[in-house]
Amino acid sequence: MLDHLQPNVIGALAGIFGLLIIATSIGHALKLKNNKGDYSELLSRIYSWWAMAAIFTLAFMVSRNVSLAFFGLISFLALKEYLSLIPTRRADHRVLFWVYLVIPFQYYWAGIEWFGMFIIFIPVYVFLFLPMRMIIIGETDGFIRAVGTLHWGLMITVFSLSHLAYLLVLPTEVNPAGGGAGLVLFLVVLTQLNDVFQYVWGKLFGKHKVIPKVSPNKTWEGFIGGVLTTTLLAVLLHTWLTPLNLLEAVLAGLLIGIGGFIGDVTISAFKRDLKVKDTGSLLPGHGGILDRVDSLTYTAPLFFHFIYYLYY
Amino acid sequence: MLALGLNVRNRIRLPKDGPAIIIANHNSHLDTMVLMTLLPINILNKVHPVAAADYFLRNRFLAWFALSIVGIIPLDRQIKGMHKDPLAGASEALSCGKILILFPEGSRGEPEQMSILKNGISHLAKRHPDVPTTPIFLHGLGKALPKGEAILVPFFCDVFVGKPLFWQGSRQQYMTELNNQFDSLADQFPHSDECS
Repeated sequence: MLDHLQPNVIGALAGIFGLLIIATSIGHALKLKNNKGDYSELLSRIYSWWAMAAIFTLAFMVSRNVSLAFFGLISFLALKEYLSLIPTRRADHRVLFWVYLVIPFQYYWAGIEWFGMFIIFIPVYVFLFLPMRMIIIGETDGFIRAVGTLHWGLMITVFSLSHLAYLLVLPTEVNPAGGGAGLVLFLVVLTQLNDVFQYVWGKLFGKHKVIPKVSPNKTWEGFIGGVLTTTLLAVLLHTWLTPLNLLEAVLAGLLIGIGGFIGDVTISAFKRDLKVKDTGSLLPGHGGILDRVDSLTYTAPLFFHFIYYLYY
Repeated sequence: MLALGLNVRNRIRLPKDGPAIIIANHNSHLDTMVLMTLLPINILNKVHPVAAADYFLRNRFLAWFALSIVGIIPLDRQIKGMHKDPLAGASEALSCGKILILFPEGSRGEPEQMSILKNGISHLAKRHPDVPTTPIFLHGLGKALPKGEAILVPFFCDVFVGKPLFWQGSRQQYMTELNNQFDSLADQFPHSDECS
């Protein structure tokens, strides 16, 4: 069952659970030590992490295709959250059906490793097709807004996130240490921990706000501390999971740290525009799927093209 | 249910057993199915949606499905010039301890827009003053499967359960309270939506 995974990947998966055990212990210790503070939010956040890590690991271990289907499911849930939140036109009901249909195609291209199609399908073909489908229906009121919001949603929730799937299918020979799965783990672990690092640095030393209008809790101290910690972690993990050399690992760490921040605040701006706090309620303590993968929507394509340019 | 995904607020307020009246805003054929899935499975056989006879009994297959599978109580929407009591079936069912689902807007109408609640519901409440009426505000189902469409498109949908209310002696009071409940349930929804 585990033949398709390199030993380092299995080690990294075990590492994730090690981290979760530590996080859970800290959470409970804080609760015991400090009765006054309310840690239920923190604890439900950690429990959600357990559930996510368990499902992710399971999908990873079964087979490559199950992992691809799992990434497709994440895209589906994220797109569903997005479309449930944005105002859509009654006339576009059938267009929305096509929007959802993009997901299986996009992940199929990754599955058969047809890179040319994978990379242009949404930006070119779907981009040209959706307006045409709308025009056949014939409703022109709100056309620009509808076509713009639908395509942006597809780019964020399907195109961007599907780069995880293509990372997974990249040939193992180039990266004997970790294979495609190693690259996915490197990206996902760094992106998610980057969120945590930025949060913790911000909580401890945060003073100067970066963009108070979009996200009042983001501070320069949190941002810089987070990016540097993520870069340090990239340096520690790079020989284990990726083909990168030291300098490239530093660059990858900076790219993930900075890209993750921008992805995070982009989804914040989206939520602020719609006047919602969370994108959904699927993950207790976190909010919706889109709240959790916000940083990945930026880091996945950025890291993919970085490594693809250098090695594939 | 992967296609839909429901966020239910205040599930605890749902009736645990019959007799009870559940009323909701109506946007989609999915409404009835969603409301039925909210109730515990062991009382499902007591649940009967009250539905338009002219629509659901218009052909034999639909009539069989509506009456035998879903268990609707047919309601004649044209009551002018009739001497028969249109609510007799519904009233009798309540007397037998059933749970009725009603959509007082009368029709699905434009997606995600509330129309005026019809008074018929108050006649039923008047005859059964000790039966609770639970208002439920549904959001999103009109996007998933609006009137006139056959393709279900996935959306997250919200279900807001209101406080059960009883007949207090006047139709106006009952209808005002019902309307207020729907307004405040709809206000729980964090943002105004649906562009025109």
